[in-house]
Formats: sequence, C-alpha cells, structure tokens
Amino acid sequence: MSDKFGKITIVTGHYGSGKTNFTANLAIKAAKSGEKVTVVDLDTVNPYFRSADFGGLFENNGVTLITPMYANTNLDIPALSFDIGGIFKEGGRIIIDVGGDDAGAYALGRYKKELSAYSDSLEMIYVINMYRYLTETPEEAAEFMLEIESASRMKCTGIVNNSNLGEETTAETVEKSVSYAEKVSALTGLPLLCTVDTTGGQAKVPSPFEAVIYVKKPWEK
Amino acid sequence: MERNLMKGNEALAEAAIRAGCKCFFGYPITPQTEVAAYLAKNMPKNGGVFLQAESEIAAINMVLGAASAGVRTMTSSSSPGISLKSEGVSYIAGCDLPCVIINVQRGGPGLGGIQPSQSDYWQATKALGHGDYQLLVYAPCSVQEMVDKVTLAFDMADKYRMPAMILADGLLGQMMEPVTFPEKKTEFEPKPWATNGHGGKRDHNITNSLYLVPEELENSIKSRYERYEVIKANLTEAELYLTEDADIVVAAYGASARVAKSAVNHARAEGIKAGLFRPITLWPFPVKEINEAAKNAKAFLDVEMSMGQMIEDVKLSLNCSKPVEFFGRTGGVIPSPAEVLEQIKILAEKY
Repeated sequence: MSDKFGKITIVTGHYGSGKTNFTANLAIKAAKSGEKVTVVDLDTVNPYFRSADFGGLFENNGVTLITPMYANTNLDIPALSFDIGGIFKEGGRIIIDVGGDDAGAYALGRYKKELSAYSDSLEMIYVINMYRYLTETPEEAAEFMLEIESASRMKCTGIVNNSNLGEETTAETVEKSVSYAEKVSALTGLPLLCTVDTTGGQAKVPSPFEAVIYVKKPWEK
Repeated sequence: MERNLMKGNEALAEAAIRAGCKCFFGYPITPQTEVAAYLAKNMPKNGGVFLQAESEIAAINMVLGAASAGVRTMTSSSSPGISLKSEGVSYIAGCDLPCVIINVQRGGPGLGGIQPSQSDYWQATKALGHGDYQLLVYAPCSVQEMVDKVTLAFDMADKYRMPAMILADGLLGQMMEPVTFPEKKTEFEPKPWATNGHGGKRDHNITNSLYLVPEELENSIKSRYERYEVIKANLTEAELYLTEDADIVVAAYGASARVAKSAVNHARAEGIKAGLFRPITLWPFPVKEINEAAKNAKAFLDVEMSMGQMIEDVKLSLNCSKPVEFFGRTGGVIPSPAEVLEQIKILAEKY
C-alpha cells in the first residue's frame, strides 16, 4: 500500500487536515513491511497534537522519530536543531511531518537547499480535508496549496484526500469527499494519490488508504 | 445540518462572529493564538474589526471602549495574559458593561507552561480583579459546547450588563471535533445606555466606575448584587450523568469532565455505581443541581487539572452533607481515565 509513496515524503497541509495521523500510518505501515523508517517532526507552530507525541508508538514499531529540541516541553521556541542532510545520508524511508498552513511550511523552506539534492526521490504531499474551514471547496483547497508552496519555496507533487469528521466519520463521509478531491486534483494538476479511510475498509473509494486513528484525545485512550 | 471539523479555538472565534461580535482586541499567547489568527482573517470579511493590541492591558481597555459604545466585543488570552487583563475587567464590571472574555487556560503560576490546566478557577470565579463583583463563567467541555456557550455568553452579558467569561483550557482549544454553527445573529436588543453619540437629541450617557460619594458607590454595588441574585436563580447549568443511583459522584468541569466521564463508564462496566456532576456555569455555581446529583451518593470525588480549587464550591454547595475527596494533576498534566477510575475504586471501597 505504502509503495506508491516515495523514498522521502514531505507531508504538508492545512492545520487539522490530518497530517500527523497520516504520517503515523504511513510510517508504521512501512516499518511493518520491514523498511527502515525515520519520521521527522518539523512542526514549529503547534505544541499540541503532533508527531512528537507518538514517541512510544513509533519506538514500538521500530520507527525512528526526530523532533525539534524543545518539542513536548513547556518552551514555546520554534528551534530546529537537526541536520537534515545527515538524516538523509542515513538512508531508508524518510517522512517529514510539516506544521500546518503556510506558517508551518516556512520551516521547510529553510531546508530547500539540502532537499533539492534529493529531488529525484522526493515527493511533497498536500493533505486535504473538505470538512475543514478554509479548504471546504476545491477552489479554496487549491488556493491554499499555493500559500504552502510559496512559503516553503517548494512544489507539491501529489494530493492525499484525508476528508474526515473526526469521531463522526462514516463510510459516507469519506465517499462524499471523492468528487471534491478529484476536483482539487484537476485544479492543481496533481495526482490524487489516495483517499484515507479510517472506517475499517467500509468506504467504497478509488485508491483507498486504510488508516488507524492514532491521534486521540486523552479520554479516548 | 452542516457539520464542520473545527479546532476549539477556531470554533470560539467563528461563534463570536456569528453572535454579532464586531470588535476583537487581543494579543497572542499559546495555547489560544488560533482565536486571534482566525479573527484576523475573518473579522474584516464580516464587517468587524480585529486589532492586535500592543499588550493585553491595552486590549482589555479597548474592549471597555467598544463595550461602552454598545458594540458586541470580545478579547481572548491564556492564563498569564488574563492576569494582565484583570484591572480592565474590574473597570468593565464597575461600568456595568457587557463583553466576552476567553481564557484558554495553561499551567501557572507565573509563566508556568503551555500545556492545559484548570488552575484559574479561583481567578475566574472569585477574584479576577479588585472590588465587589462577579463574572458570568461558562465552562464548556466540547468544541460544540464552546460554540453554544460563546453564543449564550454574548446574550447574557448584554442582558445583565456584565462581563462573561468562557473558561476553557489548552486541550479544548487545540483539539478538533465536528460542530454545527448557529445562523448569524442580526437582531439585537437596543442599548439605550450606550455612549454612541446622540446628535443633541438626549442627555449624554456616561459609563464610569468612579464614585465620589461612598454611599453612591455602595448603592451601585448593591443594585449589581441584586442582579446577581436573579442570575443565581436563573442561569445555573449542569450536566448530571448517571447520578440517579450513583454511590460515587465525580465532580469535574471542562476537559477533566471528559476524562471523568470516561472513568465513570469504566467504573460502571466493573459494577461500581459511579456518576458525574459537571457544572457548566462555574459562577453561578449550580448548587441546586449538585444537591440533586448528591441525592443517593455516598461520597464525591472532585477531579481537576489543578491542586483543588473548585472543590471548595463543591464542599460549600453540599454543605457537609457528603464527604468530598480530591484527585488532581497539575502543571499541564492531564489526568488519565485509568487514574480517575483508580480513585473511584478507592472511594467505592471506603464508603
């Protein structure tokens, strides 16, 4: 399933589009199939609900997690201390979970030079959710992508449809979003790589990506 | 009804726009910054004003000005920023002006931390600023309830001419849940007291908190406290969950109540008769409702993300009729359902 994604996957999108949950699923699936996987939490914007929260889960599944120096502490300092070139040299599959919106994508721009050396094996995914404000119409979603591209100084290469209504997501919720995602794909000229399905395979959609909900609230754990 | 997946902070902001808020003044602070960010984008599109002030103190005094002019107005912050606003809130209360204040609580005291906390209960319900006065305090526990309570807070603040607070926390502000919004409010009760210009057609209105004669100040406070009695009799709100036959009643509000509810369900599954009392208004505290919940209870367990603040209101309201014990995590640590369940079990053994 995860084979359609490249060696280096950069995950971008609107706040709350589900980047972190998608990242966790992609990483754990790849690790389970025997790949060496590294997740880089590049979120400099939001101290809550981020890849850095999943240290235990990643460790149990053999995924290496690299986080900003002050992630999960009380220091609200968006400092990125790691050497991305060094991480790439380690090899294996690398998934980079970027912060939301253009604000989060600025941090990615900092690594543009290092990343461009790997442009052949690199893809930049734009995660969309039609149930989120600011990306509710295909036009808004396409427009929003341009802001992310402009901030990161990089181009998206594919779209992941992660349309969901949180705990109220049903097969119908997911199915209804396919025509929306196809329109975003047409407007941006980018391939629709998959539609994420968290309903246990109930949604009848093209290119489904079956996912588990890892990002949970404290009372759901 | 159209459902949207919203972050708590975004929902607070959108609800304010729909409630007819025309002026927002604020200053960024984690974990509430999305409220300001959302309004910066969307207030101008809705014919309103978003202004990032030079400080929290400036922002709250801008709220005072806008409220005085009769406009629906709001500010939001997180714990340390709310402390800075406290002088202005006292002036707003002293001037009998309506406004909405949002506190997305984080850990304290001092700069504390950026993770969720409920350690501003006392500040919100007892002492947000000097003088004899109260705020209306709503404590939502879901993104939908944040929307509903912002809507209500604007209406009640106008009706009773007083500041109303939404006491949320970093978890509620940052988490995402599906919500439905009400239609945008377009009709408002007139505010004949507003200082919004009169073109010489009437005597000028004054909003003021300074009284030169002590008896006049005393009278103004007493009349405010008469209004408070009306509010206490009419505005209390609480959720009673499985309390009818409960031996152990957990008292919790906001995010803690979500954890507590989960623990109550686990306890029931293990055969322990547990229930939940969740105050939705923190001031006025739902005294009648907690006593209803206590009817068949053997003991109460108060659960908070603090060292125990609401527990005093729980004890006062129960007037020593039931034993009340406490469990809390603080400093930005969220209690887990398993920890709360453990405490319920201890109480079930003990009483």
